[in-house]
Amino acid sequence: MTESLLEVKDLTVEVSGKRVLEEVNLQIAKGEVHVLFGPNGSGKSTLLMTILGFPAYKVLSGEIIFKGMEITDLPINERVNLGISVAFQNPPAIRGVKLGEVISHWIPNVEEVDRLLERINFPRGFLKRDINLGFSGGEIKKSEVLQMLAQRGDFLMLDEPDSGVDVENLRVIGGVIDEALRGRSGLIITHQGHILRFVNADVAHVLINGTIACSGKPTKILSQILREGYGWCMKCPMRKRISREEING
Amino acid sequence: MVHEMPDEKKNKPGRDKRIDDLSADLELSRYSRKPKEWQACPISSLPRDVLQRALEVGVVPDEDSRAATYFQIDHSVVSRAVQEIFRDKIEIMSTKEAIRKYDWFKNYWWKLIRRDADKFTLLADSMWDQGYFIRILEDQKITVPLQSCLFVSTNNLNQNVHNIIIAEPGSEAQIITGCAVHPNVHSGLHVGVSEFYIKEDAKLTFTMIHSWAQDFDSRPRSAAEIGDNGVFVSNYMIFKPVKSLQMYPVAYCRGVNSKVSFNNIIYGSKDSHIDAGSKVVLQNEGARGEIITRAIATDNAKIYARGFLHGEHEESRAHLECRGLLLSDNAMIYAVPELLAESQGAELSHEAAVGKIAEEQIQYLMARGFSEKEAASLIVRGFMDISIFGLPGELEESIEKIVKATAERAL
Repeated sequence: MTESLLEVKDLTVEVSGKRVLEEVNLQIAKGEVHVLFGPNGSGKSTLLMTILGFPAYKVLSGEIIFKGMEITDLPINERVNLGISVAFQNPPAIRGVKLGEVISHWIPNVEEVDRLLERINFPRGFLKRDINLGFSGGEIKKSEVLQMLAQRGDFLMLDEPDSGVDVENLRVIGGVIDEALRGRSGLIITHQGHILRFVNADVAHVLINGTIACSGKPTKILSQILREGYGWCMKCPMRKRISREEING
Repeated sequence: MVHEMPDEKKNKPGRDKRIDDLSADLELSRYSRKPKEWQACPISSLPRDVLQRALEVGVVPDEDSRAATYFQIDHSVVSRAVQEIFRDKIEIMSTKEAIRKYDWFKNYWWKLIRRDADKFTLLADSMWDQGYFIRILEDQKITVPLQSCLFVSTNNLNQNVHNIIIAEPGSEAQIITGCAVHPNVHSGLHVGVSEFYIKEDAKLTFTMIHSWAQDFDSRPRSAAEIGDNGVFVSNYMIFKPVKSLQMYPVAYCRGVNSKVSFNNIIYGSKDSHIDAGSKVVLQNEGARGEIITRAIATDNAKIYARGFLHGEHEESRAHLECRGLLLSDNAMIYAVPELLAESQGAELSHEAAVGKIAEEQIQYLMARGFSEKEAASLIVRGFMDISIFGLPGELEESIEKIVKATAERAL
């Protein structure tokens, strides 16, 4: 059996007093890339934020294991320093804190940073700009992917890297992500699945109302979603089976 | 040359009782008028502790790296010199010397600020302890910064300086002024009257750094007059505690297309009581003004961050931005933005925000591998971002070090 890099066991999470994730189980092996589909509000970003340890996402039960170590109660930076890197969907802008300061925290070598910038086709001038302040949607995506790459984690998490990005930039970002994921593990949240044109994923999951309704081959699940929408998932026999089990306790 | 006395009643900025209380509490008789006497000498031969403190406010001992230098300790002028290559481009001397030297000097003396504006201007008028006169001659573009230092070496001393700065038509210069005290000075009163004249097509960037002591009181009184197409950039920074500081510099944009920018970084710590504002009066077509203030209050500090934009002329525009960061529950920031439009075409705007460090920002930086403390320190340091000042490289570097140390100390 392939060794697990990340294991989420029976995770139930509450945000502002409301249960958002219900007994989620997820196992990502070393070198595996998983995709998480799901309609708006299904809990995809909540799962990512909980894995990272954001305090607003309160774990009611279950555990998160990374590299064989339970990290459920670790602070965010300690998890990240164990090898989890992330590209957020809606990161905050931070006035006065330069993008270059974060990058140089991980990569002090200027030439190496330049190579990274070139790969992602991101002008050097952005390093002197305040993080995400006044960035366009596409620039935010590049800034996030750049920071994620600089962090050089063994496990990459990307929250909707394909939303709000034009075709040209999606090709660039997609190519860079695909390259970065080679030999590493990842979890990619995507709504429409555009990123899968550029990134090879091994397993896909559909999150409906805070539970994983089904898992399978990414291409098969995506084509089903594109054909029938998430309504199909709601009617899916597997989902119904889960619901029945929930009702029966 | 005739300068109209500003109508202080008409232009009087918004005040509340608190400022008056702040100054009323100061009993002038408690300060000493007996300074230590200092002989004229090159700056580099001053005692090491004086040089160290001067360096902390941007004044370097190597006079060759500055176009001109003025250094005053207590009531003595220690150094005033212009580098050889700038001799016919700049004048620098004490105002006492200037008033003896030039008949026309009186046309600039107490013309933008009234002698009887308050008890501190009256004090500076009656007990005047030098100050500098800097004049950039017509059409001279000075590429190397000038520097001046107003230093207090005697504990509990009262130092009253009156400075006159003239940027003649078409000239350009950058002046760095540092005000500091000796490590043995705990209390005292500094009153600094500064009158700036930026004439047509001239550009003056004036950067002032204050570094006082916990029981020290400071009352700068500054005003600037800007002519046609003139540009005045005033940068102000304070990072060390002060007992009380109150100032409200005003810039009169009198010329067509005259511009002023006030950039202030105010860090209040310990029991500092800081009441600092900037005021812009737009008096001609195309006049532009901007006030940017970053205020950080920690410990028991109280900061009143004021800004006043006065549009007297149509086709004039000004913006005021004040951001405050509160690092302690015992600290206080009171942002007071005021806009007064007296002409239909005057466009005045402001934005003000005061709050604590956003958790969301800390957590984001933690997700980038920084500890909670490192993240907070980065945010505080970023809040005091001096890159907006456009300072010369080595000055920017040295201030960045102070900002970094301040941010680390703050948390």
